[in-house]
Amino acid sequence: MEVLLAPVVGLLFACAVYLLLQRSLGHVIIGLALLSNAANLFIFVASGLGDGAAPIVDPLTKMTPEGSADPVPQALILTAIVIGFGVLAFFITLAYRVYRITGTDDLEALPAADRPSAEEDGQLA
Amino acid sequence: MLPTLIALPVVAAFIVALLARLAPGRTRLPGAVMALASLGGFALLAATLPTILDGESVEGAWTWVEALDWPLAFRLDGLSILFAMLITGIGTLIGWYGRAYMGDDARNARFFATLLLFQAGMLIAVTADSFAVLFVGWELTSITSFLLIGFKHEDAEARRSAQHALFITSAGGLAMLGGLILLGVGTDTWRFSDLTRADVEALDAAVASWALALILLGALTKSAQFPFHGWLPGAMAAPTPVSAYLHSATMVKLGVYLVARFQPALGGLELWGTVLPVVGGFTMVLGAVLSVRERDLKRVLAYSTVSALGWMILLAGLGTSDALKALGVTVLAHGAYKAAMFMTAGTIDHEAGTRDRLALGGLRRSMPLLGLSAGVAAVSMAGLPPALGFLSKETTLAAGFEEDAAWLLAIAVASMGALTLVSAWAAGVAPFLGGTTEAANHAHEGPPGLWMPVALLAVFGVAAGVAGPALLPPLLDQVVTASYGKPYETHLTFFTGFDAIFLSSALAIGGGLLLVRFHRAMPGIPWLRTSTPAVVQAILDGLARLAELVERVTQHGSLPVYTATAIVVAVVPLLAVTAYAGPLANLEVEADPLVAAMAAVVGIGAFAAARSRTRIRSVAALGAAGFGITLIFLYFGAPDLAMTQALVETLTVILFIFAFRFLPIRRERDDLRRHYAALAIAGTTGLATTGLTLLLANRDGGDHLRQFFEATSYPGARGTNVVNTILVDFRALDTLGEISVLAVAALGILALLRLTGRAASRVERIDNPRVLRTAARAVLPLLVVFAFFLFLRGHDQPGGGFVAGLVAAAGVALYAMAYNARVARRLLRVPPRSLMAAGLLVAIAAAGFGTWEHPLLTGQWTVLTLPADTELKLGTPLLFDFGVFLVVLGVASALATALLEEQR
Repeated sequence: MEVLLAPVVGLLFACAVYLLLQRSLGHVIIGLALLSNAANLFIFVASGLGDGAAPIVDPLTKMTPEGSADPVPQALILTAIVIGFGVLAFFITLAYRVYRITGTDDLEALPAADRPSAEEDGQLA
Repeated sequence: MLPTLIALPVVAAFIVALLARLAPGRTRLPGAVMALASLGGFALLAATLPTILDGESVEGAWTWVEALDWPLAFRLDGLSILFAMLITGIGTLIGWYGRAYMGDDARNARFFATLLLFQAGMLIAVTADSFAVLFVGWELTSITSFLLIGFKHEDAEARRSAQHALFITSAGGLAMLGGLILLGVGTDTWRFSDLTRADVEALDAAVASWALALILLGALTKSAQFPFHGWLPGAMAAPTPVSAYLHSATMVKLGVYLVARFQPALGGLELWGTVLPVVGGFTMVLGAVLSVRERDLKRVLAYSTVSALGWMILLAGLGTSDALKALGVTVLAHGAYKAAMFMTAGTIDHEAGTRDRLALGGLRRSMPLLGLSAGVAAVSMAGLPPALGFLSKETTLAAGFEEDAAWLLAIAVASMGALTLVSAWAAGVAPFLGGTTEAANHAHEGPPGLWMPVALLAVFGVAAGVAGPALLPPLLDQVVTASYGKPYETHLTFFTGFDAIFLSSALAIGGGLLLVRFHRAMPGIPWLRTSTPAVVQAILDGLARLAELVERVTQHGSLPVYTATAIVVAVVPLLAVTAYAGPLANLEVEADPLVAAMAAVVGIGAFAAARSRTRIRSVAALGAAGFGITLIFLYFGAPDLAMTQALVETLTVILFIFAFRFLPIRRERDDLRRHYAALAIAGTTGLATTGLTLLLANRDGGDHLRQFFEATSYPGARGTNVVNTILVDFRALDTLGEISVLAVAALGILALLRLTGRAASRVERIDNPRVLRTAARAVLPLLVVFAFFLFLRGHDQPGGGFVAGLVAAAGVALYAMAYNARVARRLLRVPPRSLMAAGLLVAIAAAGFGTWEHPLLTGQWTVLTLPADTELKLGTPLLFDFGVFLVVLGVASALATALLEEQR
């Protein structure tokens, strides 16, 4: 089934990257959300898919079910989902601040606000 | 004793910095602290002197970089103590002088703290026994001297001079490091005291030559030898106490020290015997000529310092025992008289307002004490008997007559002597003689701090000269022993008879006295401009332009291009890796229709999100993709992930409601090039990640991690849900880090929204639909119960702190949407920030519990047997998970409420 899902991972990454490369902040936000989804699915698929049983140990046999999923990537992804949410929230707030301060959502217009003015430049030199 | 010696200036520097905080008005204190600290170091050295004079050395070594066999090794022998006593002795006087000279400058603390650190660097360098320690001290002096030369940083000239000095000395330092490493690796010796001439002779000739050339480059740049001498006159831009300190006893002497230190081991190499005498001798004469041409008193002295350094390098290069004896005398004599002369120039500048020697005259009337002191100091500089300067010239001539090129050396030394006499006159005597010029009219004798140090050094110069033949030999014995490598017995005499030495000396003095008559005319003599400052300036400008170019190319300021660069750099190697991978033998091509449907949902969702032009469609498409992923997690045995993903998707909707209340989703500006470039990069990324996914999924074996966790989850961590035991037990430290990151991100968001300081009394109208409010009130208890259920069963079944926290937060978010943020926050009873803090504390407490007998984060369990044979397991991992629950609840509800509350 990995063969079926690998192109989906690729497509997720491709769409995320396409959005990240756009000029408007709104697109970049959507791209970032897609990117963390893409990364999570990537870890999940790349580590191999089981037959659908959860990695829960049977207290009697002290074994996980035959063909159960690998718990290690799941532990990684679980925290990654929550952290990705935190990062996305942070980025959105940052974008909000940037938009409120600069009045533009065009990333190519931001450098003008970023660079020190000619006067400040003179003081630095 | 050695740690105390080095710690003294360092501690004093910190005291000075602290004083600046505690008593900012006491601007005279820093200088006094420097004087006292230096005096303490001097006293310490004086107390150790008898031991050194007995032919012993003081050593100390501490472990440092064990793997490289670099100990923190120090050694104080005759050569070291000569330099160290000069550094601390003159440092005392500089502190005293600087205290008066700098006056009530508000930046005194910085000034003296830097000077003290510089002194520490010097002391480290001259007492180092290990190459690495020497280098550390050496670089410390380079950096601190940069700060000192550029102290008046509002002055462009000072900044340029500081850069020039740093460029030359740090480039030299780097070369020296290379040389030291070559030498150390080649001989397998990293300490001066272990390095012998036999070690060096056993080296490959090419390695030895390279090592030597690089080390000499370090020494010659530091000691301002031709053609690197340009930085030293430029360094006169520093306040005078710095010039007086750096150019008499310290910084520039370090090169001389290095050469003398290496002389026993490297002195035998041919390169040594040719380069050093030639460069030194040439610099000696050149510096003397350039000196008399200057009008600025400090520049006169600066070039005469260049000349004297050439002289010392020449002596060290000759490397005979007599030459090294002369070197010892010269180092001492020069340190004393040059510091005095610089201080004189500084005081004249301070009182008369100019350093132009042609504009100065008659100062003896207003500054008699300084004049007298300067005159006596000038005697030593001029090399007249009975001062120490005379002895240094005599011993030099005596050493020179042992060489093959005796007469060439004699002529060079004699002409240098004659010209230096002129410089001494011009800088130390002439300003005080003659008629009172206009500039001298306002001058008056300064406080004792401005002339007493000069007087003391002047008296020392004459006294050491008179008493020298009787007192100095024991010290010189040790200096020569250390730098020659063999025990030696010194004799010093003023008068050796009517021989060639006498004749040369007489020529030097006679010629000098003759030339003195014309000293005022000398600045007018045209002379080849040795414009190394211009060359260095051109190099520095070129570097700056290159840096600017690199900055323009790499720091263009376009975020999309930065992103593209990062992605391309990351993806291209991936693509290469996947292209070289073998066939995917372990993978089967199947097409479960259910999976295909899920894959289609995700794919179409992602594609629609990328192409969407409206806000609502973007969010819907993103939601579809997330939902599809949730299903995939669920289908392939990851219920924990599915739950978490579903909840996060829900909360993300709140984020987007917030985001798109203000942000537009614009149609891209019609820029086809950008569009195609983005498509190309995105396509490449898609290919590479697809390939990588297949490649990794295809790998065989290597799941020992999985086997370990599955086998030990129940017996070791008492949980059947392996994912949860990994999170709260096996890899709990990672989880602790992750919830910390989460809390920090949330605090950052709150700060960005500037919610923290806002008064919460604003009344908000609740105009949300009644249906939603009723639903929220009905659902909330269910959500809370469900959260606790998920939390409690989490260790054994799907669930746990993360999911439970998100479920509870979803309830808060629901309330925030149905009513408003304040109502939602009131549900929690405590501010979300307190929840985060409490959660972190609980997690840390759980982690630390039991550390008195187990390692951190070892799970502690206790099993309670309840009625009806129910066993209740209680343990620190559960407590830890509760901390996770609190943090996630706090973070998610803080975000949900804060974002919804933020007004347009």
